[in-house]
Amino acid sequence: MAASQLPSPHAGLRVSLQVDIPSDVAYIERVVDLVRHPCAELAFNKHQLALNVPVALSEALSNAILRANNESPDKRVRVRAEVDTMRLVVEISDEGVHFDLEAKTLDATDAANLDREDGRGLFLMRKLMDGVERFDVSGQLSGNVVRLTLTRA
Amino acid sequence: MSFSIKKQGEIVVVDVEGQLIVGNRQELKQKVLDELERGEKKFLIDFAQTGYIDSSGLGVLVSLSKKIREQGGELRLANLNDDLRTLFELTKLDTLFQISDTRERALSSF
Repeated sequence: MAASQLPSPHAGLRVSLQVDIPSDVAYIERVVDLVRHPCAELAFNKHQLALNVPVALSEALSNAILRANNESPDKRVRVRAEVDTMRLVVEISDEGVHFDLEAKTLDATDAANLDREDGRGLFLMRKLMDGVERFDVSGQLSGNVVRLTLTRA
Repeated sequence: MSFSIKKQGEIVVVDVEGQLIVGNRQELKQKVLDELERGEKKFLIDFAQTGYIDSSGLGVLVSLSKKIREQGGELRLANLNDDLRTLFELTKLDTLFQISDTRERALSSF
């Protein structure tokens, strides 16, 4: 078989991981590294690895830890990620109060918001991901799930 | 991730090594505010060794810029790579800060 006919070394490969962390922002960088690593292995481009994935995931984790769980030592954040050669899908689950993602998203580029210290997190998640969805956790735990989707480029 | 501060002439230069994110933004803020309290007026933050910045990191830069201006000082930024520049452009913060391609240009722009 000629080399050009060989399947891609990544074809058919899918990586799944699940990480549970306490509600502490000190864990964010580590979780970002854990999710970014399989994206790099599956040849996501350098901008997605340096910007889209780490920033959007940091924002989602910050929201879960600080706003939803209020840094409570009794509450945890769960991250489930699936990566293949087509896309990354990450779900971040918290144990906090339900919130309206649309209503909370500010236009960070509006002149009135430019010199705000806060309010850019959801805006950036939407700009850097192909999909951002929120839904409620059904079952024993109440809380939010935010699902981020990024198509590999 | 860490921040190092040194003086070059009358300019306080801060190097951001690693990420500037929610977990360490207060450390950067406090270091710069301490220098401001000592009477320093000119600040340059150099991102040559920076990985990524989240919205909290951007927020701290906005906050510091305001506080430094209030004291009659100036904050400038240097060495944003393509991805960091994209981040500033997406949020239009490139219009709020004076950003130089290199440390040398930033230092000579004060």
